[in-house]
Amino acid sequence: MTINEIQEDIIEEFAGFEDWMDKYAYLIELGTDLSGLDAEHQTDSNLIKGCQSKVWFNASLENGIVKLQADSDAIIVKGIAALLIRVFNNQTPEDIMNADLKFIDEIGLKQHLSPTRSNGLVSMVKQIKMYGIAFDHVSKQTK
Amino acid sequence: MTLDINKIRNDFPILKELIHGKPLVYFDNAATTQKPRQVIDKLIEYYYKYNSNIHRGVHYLSNKSTDGNENARIIVQNFINAKHSHEIIFTSGATESVNLVANSFGDRYIAEGDEVIVSELEHHSNIVPWQLICERKKAVLKVLPFNDQGELMIDQLDDLITDRTKIIAVNHISNSLGTVNPIRKIIEIAHAKNVRVLVDAAQSVQHKTIDVQELDVDFLVFSGHKIYGPTGIGVLYGKEELLNEMPPWKGGGEMIQEVTFKKTTYNELPYKFEAGTPNYIDAIGLGAAIEYVQNIGIEKIDAYEHELLEYATEKLLSIEGLKIYGTAELKTSVISFLVKGIHFYDMGMLLDQMGIAVRTGTHCTEPVMQHFGIDGTVRASFSFYNTKEEIDVLYNGILKVCKMFAVK
Repeated sequence: MTINEIQEDIIEEFAGFEDWMDKYAYLIELGTDLSGLDAEHQTDSNLIKGCQSKVWFNASLENGIVKLQADSDAIIVKGIAALLIRVFNNQTPEDIMNADLKFIDEIGLKQHLSPTRSNGLVSMVKQIKMYGIAFDHVSKQTK
Repeated sequence: MTLDINKIRNDFPILKELIHGKPLVYFDNAATTQKPRQVIDKLIEYYYKYNSNIHRGVHYLSNKSTDGNENARIIVQNFINAKHSHEIIFTSGATESVNLVANSFGDRYIAEGDEVIVSELEHHSNIVPWQLICERKKAVLKVLPFNDQGELMIDQLDDLITDRTKIIAVNHISNSLGTVNPIRKIIEIAHAKNVRVLVDAAQSVQHKTIDVQELDVDFLVFSGHKIYGPTGIGVLYGKEELLNEMPPWKGGGEMIQEVTFKKTTYNELPYKFEAGTPNYIDAIGLGAAIEYVQNIGIEKIDAYEHELLEYATEKLLSIEGLKIYGTAELKTSVISFLVKGIHFYDMGMLLDQMGIAVRTGTHCTEPVMQHFGIDGTVRASFSFYNTKEEIDVLYNGILKVCKMFAVK
């Protein structure tokens, strides 16, 4: 599935929730279910530190495909990270680089994207994009 | 001695707003307070009718603005009982006031090897300016610790002070824990050893009566926006003789007496420290805010807020797994807490969905969080416009979040 198709799926899924309680209960469930990161990957270099919550992100390139893992100390943030992984995991660096991320806004969680120091989410998306750019550079060099 | 809360709430238009479709419950008063109509109207009146740059204009409007600004200075002077109105310097806020003292006092009095003492309870704004001046002057920053209740360990102060100590910077009330610090005692100990004291009253002027002469405090700072006034305006009080000895910090505007390329002479107090066009409209707004608070009465406000604190403390502590950080005997209306197994960010986000505004995170007091070995807390801070019913809404909100996280 393309990044856009996955985003459409998520938007449709969230449209089915009746109120914010259900949305957040789902995010809590996603956050709880996400396996997270091994301690070895919870390093400072993988840490995206906001004032409010910590997010660790780990990425690798396998056969031209980006593999992503994430963890957070806040469950709601971890739930959103799980959604981001669903969108970006197993995609090519080029697709990640060029992706237009719209689903967080559309599923009614825009406040998590506010560009403040209060959370690491904007930084998280930025970091994924950076991985895309870096891996794209590596792939082109090795071709 | 009781307050007419309904009447008071009517003075604050924002309290009628709906947030996510729910009535706003505003419990982030330690970060900033809401503004009464009396303050908003005063700002509008001045912008509509009298706005003009102050001090040097010869025309009616300039005189009107100048009068408003200087009248606000006198309101502040009387409010904290300063000896002279020129001991009141308008700044952009408590942070700028601390920076002014750190730089100007620091330049004049702090030399290599000297010492500055701050408390472990301080807000970053009363740590970093001192760190900067200590770095610049090769001086030493020392820390007065607090105990697990969140009370300063005053008995250590005597030993901490040496003959190299120049100043102690301490807050009156902790923004993250609500502890009321024994500033009178601190000032006494410091003065017995000829050490100056700066008190950060950003969290106290809106709750406690302050008399700078009675306290004999050397410097006192606070912000307008935390006492129901506008943002971008603050106060530095300093003893006349100290302020006179200190060099200007920023140059330009009314702080100048005469300029030649060889030498510039500086204006007298308070203008020496008010460079550029001052924020006169907001100073006037601050004056209106102080008058508003004075009309209600600080003692009445304090007593009612204490009632809210006690009610909320008892209610919240009945929630299983909830721990309050900061259990000092003397506290203002601040409750910093965590519920076991629930991250403060998650709690804050979910309460927000219920229309409840609380603060989460470190509250810009990272050393306080480090003391407790936590990354942050949820902080509910109450004002006299809050009600017990709103505390019930918070209590039920927390229970709802606990249920969502299935905390047993």
